Amino acid sequence: MNFDRIKEKLNVLADAAKYDVSCSSSGSKRKNSSDTLGDSSGMGICHTYTEDGRCVSLLKILLTNHCIFDCAYCVTRKSNDIKRVAFKVQEVVDLTMNFYRRNYIEGLFLSSGIFKDPDYTMERLVQVAKKLRLEERFNGYIHLKSIPGASDELMREAGLYADRLSVNIEIPTKEGLKLLAPEKKHSDFIKPMAKVRNEISQYKSEKKIIKSTPKYAPGGQSTQMIVGASGETDHQIIQTADFFYNQFKLKRVYYSGYVPISTDERLPQIGSAVPILRENRLYQADWLMRFYGFQANEIVNTDFPFLETDIDPKLAWALRNMHLFPVDVNTAEKEMLLRIPGVGTKSVFKILNARRFSRLNENHLTRIGIAMNRAQYFIKNVSIGNSFDLSPTNIKHKILVSGTSKYTEQLSPQLSLF
Amino acid sequence: MNVIYDGTLEGLFSVFYEIYAQKIKAPLIFKESVYQPALFEKAMHVETNSENAERVVKGIKKKAGKNFYQFFYAAHNDRDNIENDLFAYAKIILDSQQSRSTDYSNPFVLKVSQYGKSVGREKHRMEAFVRFRLTKDGIYFASIEPDFDVVPLIKKHFESRYQDQKWMIYDLKRDYGIYYDLQKTERIQITFNQNKIGILSTSPEIFSEEEMDFQELWANYFKSTNIESRKNMKLHLQHVPKRYWRYLSEKTVKV
Ligand code: SF4
Repeated sequence: MNFDRIKEKLNVLADAAKYDVSCSSSGSKRKNSSDTLGDSSGMGICHTYTEDGRCVSLLKILLTNHCIFDCAYCVTRKSNDIKRVAFKVQEVVDLTMNFYRRNYIEGLFLSSGIFKDPDYTMERLVQVAKKLRLEERFNGYIHLKSIPGASDELMREAGLYADRLSVNIEIPTKEGLKLLAPEKKHSDFIKPMAKVRNEISQYKSEKKIIKSTPKYAPGGQSTQMIVGASGETDHQIIQTADFFYNQFKLKRVYYSGYVPISTDERLPQIGSAVPILRENRLYQADWLMRFYGFQANEIVNTDFPFLETDIDPKLAWALRNMHLFPVDVNTAEKEMLLRIPGVGTKSVFKILNARRFSRLNENHLTRIGIAMNRAQYFIKNVSIGNSFDLSPTNIKHKILVSGTSKYTEQLSPQLSLF
Repeated sequence: MNVIYDGTLEGLFSVFYEIYAQKIKAPLIFKESVYQPALFEKAMHVETNSENAERVVKGIKKKAGKNFYQFFYAAHNDRDNIENDLFAYAKIILDSQQSRSTDYSNPFVLKVSQYGKSVGREKHRMEAFVRFRLTKDGIYFASIEPDFDVVPLIKKHFESRYQDQKWMIYDLKRDYGIYYDLQKTERIQITFNQNKIGILSTSPEIFSEEEMDFQELWANYFKSTNIESRKNMKLHLQHVPKRYWRYLSEKTVKV
């Protein structure tokens, strides 16, 4: 290996890939056998964290930052005056293997600028995955980007070697896309996504009949949207996310606060702040849909098109629906327990178990780990005092002054959020 | 009555057995190494007996069901005086007809689940932060100094992940490790020169020529994948408390 040359490429191509926030390596099952390397079962592991607090779980790089397109929001765009480099297929394979064997990473996340044409690019990505699986007998995690416009045949092959495939829709609205990436069409993103969705379900049903059917993209598909680059509302973002979750059975939608990288007038200017808080609120809203049984339009709708910034969306929802509270934790249904601000999924699990043994009081709840400073206003029989005025404004005020809740300080998508 | 044991897990479970067998009232359990007898105090030494220990473990496992792991993890929390909480838990579990392992309204059940949680967290951190370095003789080697005795708990994870390479993980604090030789994993004890095999050492006497090059590549990657305008050290420290930095070559290798 020529370490100096590799180092140079690595720095350019990791830097260009870093705005893709997906780092998840979970949700796939590949068991190791005696002569192969690695497994990726169950939970993904973060092997380190960047100074911006993001999990590093995969070697996340571009194959090349040459690109024939000119999307305004992207550092790799054709018109940007930057150094261009490209990895050879074998170089990516070697890097992945050596990092994996040292326990630095769970696997590889390979994306690419589009050079020559979509198929030419996709073919190289597939080659890397294929080599890793067949020649190196690598069982770690592989996430490949589906290149918009790649042929069905290549997408089918990609899914045979990759754990997860993703297409970033990046811009949540059609109008935004037209403005910022006029060469791209929404249908370019949707076509490979639909192909992969169909393959996944086809392989699944075949597997039910024929045990030896190979796995196809067992970690499913994900996508990413850039937040704050095209003047969209939170309502539009959440609606789009909801659409993709439902229509394409996505495992995850990622939200990436736009990091200004260009002097293009169509975009927020260099030096303007990254909308990290907004991004965090979107992740909380996403969590509510996936784990707390909320419908998209309960969180944001035409009356409330933006998530509140000073309080999280779950609390905001509760304050809009005071008629449903206070809840009796000793009798309430699981669905309702999940809606109490300050009570997370783990606490709900503990409450459901513990209340079979004794009537739970405030003490129990505190010890179980419920954030009582928030929850107390929404739970029956706790001592907030009779004279307390339970109006939404008053509660909100009390919660806000009762100290910065830990959630306003932690701004990362990878935390448990409630 | 004070009950003394040798400090091993088997020893502890043997104690549980004797307490039941001899109907000992109000037992207080101590490790041999920390016990300081007071004047006129009676103490009983319990010999480690793997059969008895096994029976105790089986009994708790059966009653605790899938929450047994909480107790099992907690038992690897090798700080002093935890034995008595573990016993209180075991007693609750063993003495009741229905399964109480999810009765988080009971202080001992809750406590043990919390001890278990800290051990689980350390286990998870070691699985994440262990960094193998390739030695000249082709072994991927890592040394660690975990807060709790988690080497037995992380064994399975590394076995299923690294089956086609030799590897060794050594606990410098407790002076033992595990070594996988492509066939089986064994517990080992070696006399090392601690300077040369310390957590981040790349001593050329021991490690392969390319080892430093890969650490440098990794450190370069770490730097390049960071987004400066999103820097948030507070959050960073929450995920990687300072005392874990010594495991992470990307923090120390200059790029
Ligand atoms: S096609 Fe992809 S890599 Fe190329 S400019 Fe657009 S977003 Fe960037």
